[in-house]
Amino acid sequence: MTGDKMRISLTVNGETREVDVEPRWLLSDVLRHELGLTGTHVGCEHGVCGCCTVLIDGGPARSCLALAVSVDGAEITTVESLAAEDGQLHPLQESFQKHHGLQCGFCTPGFLMTAMPFWENAEDMSDDELRKEISGQLCRCTGYSGILASIHGAAAVARERERSDSSRRIAEQDVDQ
Amino acid sequence: MTTKMFGAPVQRNEDPRFLTGKGRYVDDFESGAYGAAFLRSDFGHAKILEIDVAAALALDGVYGVYTHADLEGVLSEPLPLLIPNPNLFAPRTQYALAKEEVCYVGEVVAMVVAKDRYIAEDAAGMIFVDYEPLPVASDLEGASQVGAPVAHSDMDDNVNGRVAEEKGDVDGAISAATHVFEWRFEIERAAAMPMETRGVVADYDTRTESLLMYDSTQAPTGVRGGLAQLFGLDPDNVHVVAPDVGGGFGMKVIQFYPEEVMVAWASRKLGHVVKWIEDRREDFVGSNHERGQVHHVKVGADDEGHILAMDVKFINDAGAYCSYGLIIPIVTAAQMQGPYKIKNFRYEFRNIFTNKVPTSPYRGAGRPQAVYVMERVMDRVAGELGIDRTEIRRRNFIGPDEFPYEVGVMWQDGGNVVYDSGDYEKGLDVLLEALDYPAFLADQKKAREEGRLLGLGIGCYVEGTGIGPYEGALIKILNDGSVTVAIAVGTQGQGHETVFAQIVSDELGVPVDRIKIVSGDTRRLGYGVGTFASRSAVVAGNAVLKAAQTVKRKAAEVASRSLEVSVEDLVFADGRVHVEGAPDVGVPLGQLAIISNPLRYAFGKDSEEAVLLAQRAYAGSDRPLPEGTSPGLEATEFFSPKAGVFAFGTHAAVVEIDRDTCNLKILRYVVHHDCGKVINPMIVDGQVQGGVAQGIGGAFYEKFEYDEEAQLTNATFMDFLIPYATEIPTLELHHTETPSPLNPLGIKGVGEAGTIPGAAVIANAVSDALGQPVDKMPLSPLILFEMMHPSLDG
Repeated sequence: MTGDKMRISLTVNGETREVDVEPRWLLSDVLRHELGLTGTHVGCEHGVCGCCTVLIDGGPARSCLALAVSVDGAEITTVESLAAEDGQLHPLQESFQKHHGLQCGFCTPGFLMTAMPFWENAEDMSDDELRKEISGQLCRCTGYSGILASIHGAAAVARERERSDSSRRIAEQDVDQ
Repeated sequence: MTTKMFGAPVQRNEDPRFLTGKGRYVDDFESGAYGAAFLRSDFGHAKILEIDVAAALALDGVYGVYTHADLEGVLSEPLPLLIPNPNLFAPRTQYALAKEEVCYVGEVVAMVVAKDRYIAEDAAGMIFVDYEPLPVASDLEGASQVGAPVAHSDMDDNVNGRVAEEKGDVDGAISAATHVFEWRFEIERAAAMPMETRGVVADYDTRTESLLMYDSTQAPTGVRGGLAQLFGLDPDNVHVVAPDVGGGFGMKVIQFYPEEVMVAWASRKLGHVVKWIEDRREDFVGSNHERGQVHHVKVGADDEGHILAMDVKFINDAGAYCSYGLIIPIVTAAQMQGPYKIKNFRYEFRNIFTNKVPTSPYRGAGRPQAVYVMERVMDRVAGELGIDRTEIRRRNFIGPDEFPYEVGVMWQDGGNVVYDSGDYEKGLDVLLEALDYPAFLADQKKAREEGRLLGLGIGCYVEGTGIGPYEGALIKILNDGSVTVAIAVGTQGQGHETVFAQIVSDELGVPVDRIKIVSGDTRRLGYGVGTFASRSAVVAGNAVLKAAQTVKRKAAEVASRSLEVSVEDLVFADGRVHVEGAPDVGVPLGQLAIISNPLRYAFGKDSEEAVLLAQRAYAGSDRPLPEGTSPGLEATEFFSPKAGVFAFGTHAAVVEIDRDTCNLKILRYVVHHDCGKVINPMIVDGQVQGGVAQGIGGAFYEKFEYDEEAQLTNATFMDFLIPYATEIPTLELHHTETPSPLNPLGIKGVGEAGTIPGAAVIANAVSDALGQPVDKMPLSPLILFEMMHPSLDG
């Protein structure tokens, strides 16, 4: 029952990691306790709250419902990968800060990973559509309105950033000339 | 820096950490810890005949299996009674591990420590317990009757406490009243359900006899004090850190949950770090609940709808144990009169043991029940007398010129309830204008003609917040000019790292993001009480203000000596202290910090300059530290409020009930709220929105299904329904600010405000939509179906 381990290979946030795991270990436990990626949180361990959501081969999935051995060879993306290396927040993250989309922060990584595949299109969604998109995620602090505003507003944050980046580039060019 | 930070919607300092996965919750510490698991009672009430741990102990990787027989001294006795009360005549608290009797499903019976949690759970499943089932007190009302099964076999009945109070002459006023009504109201159990469950990591160092514990608690200082006493240690050898905590809502303030002492004890016994993280099922049956009450109310009113007298008898579900004493029913009784002037008021409550999870405050803490009763009474009296629901409230409000207002009943701190300030009618006016009440009435008329079930619910409340005894703050200006502030209260997402920084920013002229708040770490500040009762902003916030003012005085004195100008001529701005009218003549705060500590070892240009300035600063003195000064720029101050402060508000929900599905759709939810001066409106709005979501959850979705054996049959998120984004509307929020005269910042608490009137508002709205009384919570589509189809009943 215990002790016998299998070697699996996971590509986590772009880096391939070999891990020895017991067959019964959950992906969430392996990410958190074997790979030290504690940004993925565990809220219910029965697949309802969505706190543990990560991307498996690009799609949101509950890491508490997947045995690590069952995703051998898969590509896993966690919240730790979203911000740039210099610490600059991803537009979706920045939008959560701007719109007060989090309080205690425990469910937040799950909401971020759930929204990652569609945040760029979210501002065209109706309120009802957006609510349905995140209806697999529980939050006990915010009452959701800040989260909805955050996802809805993320594309605008990205555009704003692009605009200020390009105006800075132009300004720099002007100086160069 | 001239922009005032107090009152501004400043973005939160804590967010980048949480957003990038760098928050540190209790399970994020010590990945090499031993894993603990607890075996819990499967029975609501039973005698333990035998426990056999041999098979569990024999399992590979198991380091210890413990039962009550292994406990010695104080730990073998019941856990502390946190809030004793003379009227609590039969207190019972549980053992750290059950002794001879289990009194609820979920009570801890045995503990396993193993190499990891997986193995610990395997072993827990191999412990054999022979139980002899005992009669079960499963239903609150049943348990309160004479001759009911007793929840504790050493008691004759289930009543553990009783309190009664009367102001005025209730019997006289009721017999003289034109209209007398009697109603029964029932509010069922509810619970906090934070997304992060409880957890403890204990690291006992047997060489230094010291303990470091990470605990997802709301009150680390209390846990530390208790553990020091339990282990006979100098409190300075015991440190408890409440790291990032994933929601608490009252549930995490209890000291002690059995696991908190057992994990520390096991770490000492094994000389190794031990970790226990509650799983969700454990949270359902092992972390405290609240709310269960049944009220019988007699109301006397005159023709105009003035409430002349109220006589309230109620029972409160204590669950199996009562470490929190009588606090919940005391708060219910104390807050029931709400914003209304009721000359004759009497209550009597009995606190009843049942064989269910113990109860203690959950966001709202007795107030949602009180508001439910009072607001249903207002609507029902209005209905009986044909008075508009808003008009009857107006007629009974305490006037804006009547503060301070003596409510005439006892408050939870033992003093009398005295409202410090308020303007309840203005609040209602703000709400009604936002709602456009006449337009709603027209909409409802039209909807009814179309056969649609449209309803409006209104609920008013007053919320006692900011109780004592005290909180403190230790503030330091660092050599780099940044500021740290240690507060003892834990933080669970309220934005403490931002709002307290806003207060400091205005005093010291330092940007908010250069001020670091460290909360809930007894290594940083040893004295404090905890985060509960909407008290942190009020009590810790004013302590932070005092500490900032003190350190500012110190900095000003050092600057005055360095710049050779008088203190009165100094200005704090942009991280510097400069001479008024001469912004160029000044010193950065960081340099002042260096000057204030006359040592010569710091790096950098600033330090060199500071040493030169220090020589000047101390030139006129006979010693490096002038008499009466201390090194460094730091200050510790405490704030102890004279009394609680009372926030208030009115909520309204417009709902529609689907005739086919019997589902409830909340079309609008409008809030008026007043918590005195607002530090950060973005955060206050977030607190209210989140609070309302919990109120709505408790009103229509979250229902504990206990069977007659007191077995919780829906202990999963699949079956116990916490609202998703699809159920919670975005609120329409409106604030007024009526400052409190009782603290320098003029603030009142906001943490619980959103939740308090939720059940009342939804009940009133459903009642309005269906045209029949609603006297029981929570509701559900099934209950609405039964109300809509009475002929199908039974």
